[in-house]
Amino acid sequence: MIGIRAVYFFAGVVFAAVAVLSARDAINPKRWANACFWGLFALSFLAGDYLGDLANGLLVLAMVLIAGTIGLGIGKTATTTPQQREASARLYRNKLFVPALAIPIVTLVGSLTFRNIMLGGTPLFDPGQITLVSLGIGVIVALFLCRTLLKQKLPAAFQEGRKLMDLLGWASLLPQMLAALGAVFAISGVGQAVGGLAAQAIPGDSRFAAVAAYTVGMAAFTAIMGNAFAAFPVMTAGIGLPLIVTKFGGDPAIMTAIGMVSGFCGTLTTPMAANFNIVPAALLGLNDRYAVIKAQLPTAFLLLAANTVLMYALVFH
Amino acid sequence: MSLLPLLGVLVVVLGFAARLNPLLVVMAAAIVSGLAGGLDFVGVISAFGKAFNDNRYVSVTWLVLPVIGALERGGLQERARDIIVRIRAASVFSILCLYLLIRQTAAALGLNSLGGQATMVRPLIAPMAEAAGEARLGPLSEQVHQDIRAQAAATENVGWFFGEDVFVAIGSVLLIKGFLQQNGIVVEPLRLAVWSIPTAILAFLIQASRMYLFDRRLAREPRIVPEGERA
Repeated sequence: MIGIRAVYFFAGVVFAAVAVLSARDAINPKRWANACFWGLFALSFLAGDYLGDLANGLLVLAMVLIAGTIGLGIGKTATTTPQQREASARLYRNKLFVPALAIPIVTLVGSLTFRNIMLGGTPLFDPGQITLVSLGIGVIVALFLCRTLLKQKLPAAFQEGRKLMDLLGWASLLPQMLAALGAVFAISGVGQAVGGLAAQAIPGDSRFAAVAAYTVGMAAFTAIMGNAFAAFPVMTAGIGLPLIVTKFGGDPAIMTAIGMVSGFCGTLTTPMAANFNIVPAALLGLNDRYAVIKAQLPTAFLLLAANTVLMYALVFH
Repeated sequence: MSLLPLLGVLVVVLGFAARLNPLLVVMAAAIVSGLAGGLDFVGVISAFGKAFNDNRYVSVTWLVLPVIGALERGGLQERARDIIVRIRAASVFSILCLYLLIRQTAAALGLNSLGGQATMVRPLIAPMAEAAGEARLGPLSEQVHQDIRAQAAATENVGWFFGEDVFVAIGSVLLIKGFLQQNGIVVEPLRLAVWSIPTAILAFLIQASRMYLFDRRLAREPRIVPEGERA
């Protein structure tokens, strides 16, 4: 059965290729730092399940120390000039969009249909991991289309991929690091501590104050944890259910629906949600690592205020 | 209940505010929080290592980068710009507003893979919005280019976040349903999805108005850019 391990193996091979290409790049003054960083990333994907928890922890620690103290450099890749790209764009025209669209289309169709493919009575693809498996297949299909439609060979694709990964630098590791931090926070009892504080802070007999404490609390706790899913159970058990539902008779479906999207307002404001807010700044070459957050702040605050009013108006119907 | 584990949150807030290397900040926060929560050093590193290993799927998205890189090498961004320059009605506002509408609608229908910062915004939406700005206003300064790209990234996030909850089978809707069930309250996922619609509409209106104002502000910016300043 093809499952998540196959996808991790594929990713490990790609990261190993990035490590080798980095090591061979004499122009990058920090080429060995880059090579070690991507080499360890590759090791984690290829062998993480066999290393054991402590060795995995030491592996992350080494990656963090390399990227955090020595720092990662930006390599030079033999790429096309702007003039060549203009010419290529005129030559291939809309064919250029085909591989770009192949990834989402294969991922989507695969997520819906691959679970039905049977081989000797068992499913060929692990139904529990079907989206990631489909994404991996989508990437392979797109690389093949790049080769056949656009004459972009595999080594060139890996070089260009390395260029984008160099552009990301430390930001490439941050989302996974933050997911792990969330788990450590949960083990150490950060959720209970925040929930306890929030429960003490709410005023007793104002309906509006209870609603505002819940929506603003969802946004604030989400901003701290970087994830509304972590904030939701704590805030809803601490404020939402005892006050809005039990004490004031509010509708739990309306409360939780608007409560969750209030949490998403918090996601827009925080570097803890790195894959949405920090990674794009790196990917787009923005000088200010918080530029995307700054662009989102007015929307986040306006929408949080709107959600609070909306919940107050709807929940006690 | 102990408040000591919150020291880890404090480390994150101070470290991010001081713009220290985020990887060092996160590692330090995990160690502080774990020690305060009663683990020893080896225990914290092991717990972090296990969680890191369990969350490898988060980094699988980087697999798309070789494809995006190869397409950019073949002129994808240039092609996206060419198309925009030929559409007279295109403006920063119209591009971003249309993308917001498509992204949000697709997410509401459960088509979440249509979109993404690496697969849509960097190679297509940001260059299109920049080209539309230039076609309308002439050469733009590097700062204005950066501002437009940041707004494109923001539009992607707003569209996704406030579209996905309208879809019944998305993770957050199922999480709410499961949590309420544990507390003895049975709700239909459809009701949760329906009550996400007012916020979805407001999110669209707020973000679209902001893009309109952003575009108008660009038109008022001084546009004296010396030749060759742009990379």
